[in-house]
Amino acid sequence: MDDLLREFLTESAEHLDTVDAELVKFEQDPNNQVILRNIFRLVHTIKGTCGFLGLPRLETLAHAAENLMGRFRDGFPVSSESVTLILATLDRLKAILADLEAGGTEPAGSDADLIEALDAMSQMPAEEAAPAPAPAALVVQTLERELKPGEVSLEELERAFMEAEGPDDLAPLPPLPSIPDSPAIVDAAAPAPAATSAETKAAAEKAPESKPVEMTAEAAEAAQKNRTIRVNVETLEHLMTMVSELVLTRNQLLEIARRHEDTSYKVPLQRLSHVTAELQDGVMKTRMQPIGNAWQKLPRVVRDLSAELSKGIELVMVGAETELDRQVLELIKDPLTHMVRNSADHGIESTAERIKAGKPAGGTIRLSAYHEGGTISIEIADDGRGLDLAAIRRKAVDRGIASQADVERMSDSDVAKFIFHAGFSTAQVVTSVSGRGVGMDVVKTNIESIGGMIDIATQRGAGTTFTIKIPLTLAIISALIVEAGGQRYAVPQIAVRELVRIEAEGTNRVERINGAPVMRLRERLLPITSLSSLMEGNMGATGADTPVSGFVVVAQVGRQRFGILVDEVFHTEEIVVKPMSSKLRHIPLFAGNTILGDGAVVLIVDPNGIARKVGQGAASGDASDQAEEAGEAALDKATLLVFKGGGSFKAVPLSLVTRIEEIDAGKIEWLAGRPLIQYRGKLMPLVPADPAIEIRSQGSQALVVFSDGDRAMGLVVDEIVDIVEDHLNVEIVADRSDLIGSAVLRGRATDIVDVSHFLPLAYDDWARGPRAAKAKNPTLLLVDDSAFFRNLLTPVLKAAGYEVATAASAEDALRVLKSDADISVVVADLEMPGRSGFDLVAAMRKGGGRLGNLPVIALSGQIGPESITKARALSISDLVAKFDRSGLVAALGELDTAPLDQAA
Amino acid sequence: MQAANTNAAEASLSGERDYVTVFVGDAMFGLAIERVHDVFMPSGITSVPLAPREIVGLINLRGRVVTALCLRRRLGLPDREAGATCMAIGLEQGSETFALVTDGVGEVLKLGPETCEPVPINLDARWRDLASAVHRLDGRLLVILDITALLAFGEALAA
Repeated sequence: MDDLLREFLTESAEHLDTVDAELVKFEQDPNNQVILRNIFRLVHTIKGTCGFLGLPRLETLAHAAENLMGRFRDGFPVSSESVTLILATLDRLKAILADLEAGGTEPAGSDADLIEALDAMSQMPAEEAAPAPAPAALVVQTLERELKPGEVSLEELERAFMEAEGPDDLAPLPPLPSIPDSPAIVDAAAPAPAATSAETKAAAEKAPESKPVEMTAEAAEAAQKNRTIRVNVETLEHLMTMVSELVLTRNQLLEIARRHEDTSYKVPLQRLSHVTAELQDGVMKTRMQPIGNAWQKLPRVVRDLSAELSKGIELVMVGAETELDRQVLELIKDPLTHMVRNSADHGIESTAERIKAGKPAGGTIRLSAYHEGGTISIEIADDGRGLDLAAIRRKAVDRGIASQADVERMSDSDVAKFIFHAGFSTAQVVTSVSGRGVGMDVVKTNIESIGGMIDIATQRGAGTTFTIKIPLTLAIISALIVEAGGQRYAVPQIAVRELVRIEAEGTNRVERINGAPVMRLRERLLPITSLSSLMEGNMGATGADTPVSGFVVVAQVGRQRFGILVDEVFHTEEIVVKPMSSKLRHIPLFAGNTILGDGAVVLIVDPNGIARKVGQGAASGDASDQAEEAGEAALDKATLLVFKGGGSFKAVPLSLVTRIEEIDAGKIEWLAGRPLIQYRGKLMPLVPADPAIEIRSQGSQALVVFSDGDRAMGLVVDEIVDIVEDHLNVEIVADRSDLIGSAVLRGRATDIVDVSHFLPLAYDDWARGPRAAKAKNPTLLLVDDSAFFRNLLTPVLKAAGYEVATAASAEDALRVLKSDADISVVVADLEMPGRSGFDLVAAMRKGGGRLGNLPVIALSGQIGPESITKARALSISDLVAKFDRSGLVAALGELDTAPLDQAA
Repeated sequence: MQAANTNAAEASLSGERDYVTVFVGDAMFGLAIERVHDVFMPSGITSVPLAPREIVGLINLRGRVVTALCLRRRLGLPDREAGATCMAIGLEQGSETFALVTDGVGEVLKLGPETCEPVPINLDARWRDLASAVHRLDGRLLVILDITALLAFGEALAA
């Protein structure tokens, strides 16, 4: 393929895109001559170049389209059908161009269908058309052209030009009467009328004469166009590399200059330094492009859909000039188009539906972009019906992603997130044209792959808003340079929340929970991972005995916060991200590498990779028994209520939940800044399950109600997702008081909520319970082999007014009982590996004394006559089913009424 | 280097090819000159934690980050003593540049088919995979390394 053809292809593709967008604008504003002129010029250029390059098929087709557009200029009414037809022609042109690009030659085939349709439309006698017969005459047969037009529009000249370059069935030109307000043009055109009336040949000569005329008309615009040139991306990349190297060299020079007293070259060096900096800036800028480039195709997409679905849709674009990196732009182009398509297709209701709903007949899709810190936010908002949650629910069930029961309990925003589920992608449809959610998983993946985030907000009947946040550029990021294990690393600044200096002793020090390093940060525990041990493949656990000093880089990835322990922190630096070598790409800890100002290569740490390692570290922990016991998993089947709050899945044991409610958010009242709701004749306080949850002011609000005696509390959640019965593998997290830990439920990472954290938020005195008056709460020993159940029951028991000690085995329990004389009651699980609960109680009774009489409440999964008999024999006060929380509390209450020493 | 390249083109007519010789310990190896882009002293190597053993780190080669690969480790030989001098050969594969770290670089040899022998079958399997031929020289043997094979490691890991 020669260069000329290649250039033609690039240029034509661009022109066609512009024409697409312009046509849509023109359809809405048919009187705008500027737009029409622009379209006309572009199509004309394509046609002209095709003729020049010997591409007859393209030329003929473009010519036919041009004819029709010529009629528009003459006042032929712009109808939706005609625009559709032209757009279809443009699509055909694009298809041919694509083949041309692939094959190097114009593909065979006929465009007779389109040409006929275009001609037919051009010839349509449009009475309403202003300059009556002239335009019709123009575009058709020789015979008709000989009719002299009665009147001539201002655009007549250009039309003449158009004729001149048309295919060779060209006819005599129409006469060109003088145009009063443009003497220059008249001069140039003057010979034309004479020639025209004389012979056909004149046409050939006509063209060059007319050309300058058009040029004058377009001169200003052309000049504008010439200010930009096309540069190969590789050239730019190379330039970028060279500038980086220049910067390095300059830095070296500056370093040398600092050491020398000789000032004679300091001034030119200073100058060199400035120029280099500016050059670097300039080169960086070449990578930036307005986001409007990615939006260019969208008006056309929306228009086509609007026609296809026969509903009025307006696309409003705000902030098209917002600049971002070329590379990012390329990556978001398709996802954006897809999402706008989806909004038009499914977001916006049919006109009838809209009118019925009392909305304006035409829907609006609003696309906006703006800078926000180092990121760019893009919003795609429609004022349509909101997501069809019912359909999504059905689909989720059909696809087997969730059960019927599950989806019914799920709240809206959770259901909305289903559209990002891969199961929805291949789908045949939620609604008619293409499924909302088709490919949304790809959209999400694409956006996340460049470090972006996507969020949905949807309101029934009011519309859906997708918000995408992406980094401005992938090429240049601000990074914190740190040192660990004698080597420097770059940590992307975007993940860094703060820096904390760590000393071996003092308030800011690293403490250890069974070897796992943590740090107190403003009343929270922050899990710490040491960068140098991570780099040694140690999952971030630092040597247990060495006192740790240095700095902790507090990082946040998604909702996960953790500290990265480093030896030294230097400075922040704008770095150019270079991709990792293909041999090293599999290492999850690195996002790339870069060359620093001093010429050294450093690795860029990937906070996502570290976040994952931190999680794994918590699971694998130290090899010691206790570590396994504390950090790992207890395999227990539990029934949990899963809900969504603050962007993540959370769960509470169903046994603790009194009720699940959907309330009308309008009924929420605020008293002294605290939200309350009238619930069953009483006021019930509401507490958000996560600080990130906003209590809704309209629509419905999902609540999880907990009650204790006559008190009730509503935990505000975004939506109820599911009830899951599953084996739990809980990983304990230390840094959040509102969570017990996290577990994987149905393949989703889910936080297990510690209800005891919320109860005091609702009632200040709840934690102290009704026994608050007592000087000291009785101490209870909870014996259960499962860490999960211990964590689960501890808050319940605390809420019931006990100090709680725990033990993981019968042996453990006996040890604790012997050492702690305060223990006044034992709650023991009967089914434990090794020595069972019965064994424990038997041992206690056998020992006699205090332990012999200590009241015991036994927990059991199965309560049969046999176990009851056995329990009686051992003077067990009560036997309670394992999940029967209120039963346990009641049993404790009964104990309480009896004097403790006689309880047995 | 350029002169050598031209020679290579001319020589190929007579079946002779140019090889850059490199040393690792006592052994001498030949690398097809067409694939060699640079010979330089590696300095300021940034080691990459958790990387495959063969990779010694990353080097800034005139503004490009190149992945340095240790020929000794690739051949399964012990590491050179600390502080010993080394030389690197710049190789391109695909769009990436690699630096092959060797003990030293020797002269460019023009070798014809008459001294060429197939790789002996009793060679260590690792070497057999990396070698494409052996040339009989005066007093010593020159093992020709297959650069593509040399750079084909860690693929399974990367996948």
